[in-house]
Amino acid sequence: MSVILGKKLGMTSVFNEKGDLVPCTVVEAGPCPIVKVKTKDSDGYDALQIGYGDSRTDKISKPVAGQFTKAGVTPKRLLKEFRNIQGAYAVGDAITVSAFTKGDTVKAVGTSKGKGFQGVVRRHHFSGVGMQTHGQADRQRAPGSIGASSYPSRVFKGQRMAGRMGGKKTTVRNLKIVDIMPDSNLILVSGSIPGAINSVVELIKM
Amino acid sequence: MQKVKLVEQLTMAKAAEIRATKNDGKPVELPSFRPGDTVNIAVRVIEGEKERIQNFQGIVIARRGSGVNETFRVRKVSNGVGVERIFPLHSPTIQNLTVVRNGSVRRAKLYYLRGMSEKKIRAKLS
Repeated sequence: MSVILGKKLGMTSVFNEKGDLVPCTVVEAGPCPIVKVKTKDSDGYDALQIGYGDSRTDKISKPVAGQFTKAGVTPKRLLKEFRNIQGAYAVGDAITVSAFTKGDTVKAVGTSKGKGFQGVVRRHHFSGVGMQTHGQADRQRAPGSIGASSYPSRVFKGQRMAGRMGGKKTTVRNLKIVDIMPDSNLILVSGSIPGAINSVVELIKM
Repeated sequence: MQKVKLVEQLTMAKAAEIRATKNDGKPVELPSFRPGDTVNIAVRVIEGEKERIQNFQGIVIARRGSGVNETFRVRKVSNGVGVERIFPLHSPTIQNLTVVRNGSVRRAKLYYLRGMSEKKIRAKLS
């Protein structure tokens, strides 16, 4: 299993061997230096800490800067930890797009686009209440009844209602790697992946 | 954004490369054409292991999209049945494209040709 951090650059389409046009997302991924290898003996669990994106040295605090100096890598903007990553990794090595191969199945983890405060029709796919005519007004996008009367005399926990939508950690699984361009650190992933353009995504081999 | 454009350019270049391999390494350039033109397209068809060239001749009735996503729609009448095919302009399955006849039309989308007789279409395009 391998993992890499990257930046979503946008979407396009490429032709496959059969001549079909495959929609895909372009991700600029890595190189991600390994900052720390946590083991069961030293930290109580196995994990891999990797960095991504160069940072200005005056932007990070001394304690964080110390971690990068110890690993012998330049300061990074992002530091993330991944558990259950098999394979031999040494501190200071960089994970590049070459860790993946064409045809691999990956999952993409990112932060979905924030949609703001949304009603139940958009947020939970409710169908609204009633009809447009026959004296009805203002009920087209209403949630309907949210509970009964004297019993239970309250609204049950978890009742789906309007609220903030999007801007959450979202995972899309079973995406195929369409192509890899090691020279420019690019990965083409089939289909769409969560998040806006220029947002950070994790690609994890399944 | 620029890198996405780069990927698109590479995709188009790759398709041109595939076209060249079937033409003794000589690049094949697709001519410019517009709706109303009659074109002959050499399409590479893969049947099991073998690959052969199939010709498709008809009138271009529409072009849409831009960049790598640009497509065009070709209509012909085969055995009395109207056939329309949509080709991605940069598809590697297009081995060659030649303009047989130029048509003069005022519209960009010629969907109105669908209901017309061949005689009327001929009059319309000239």
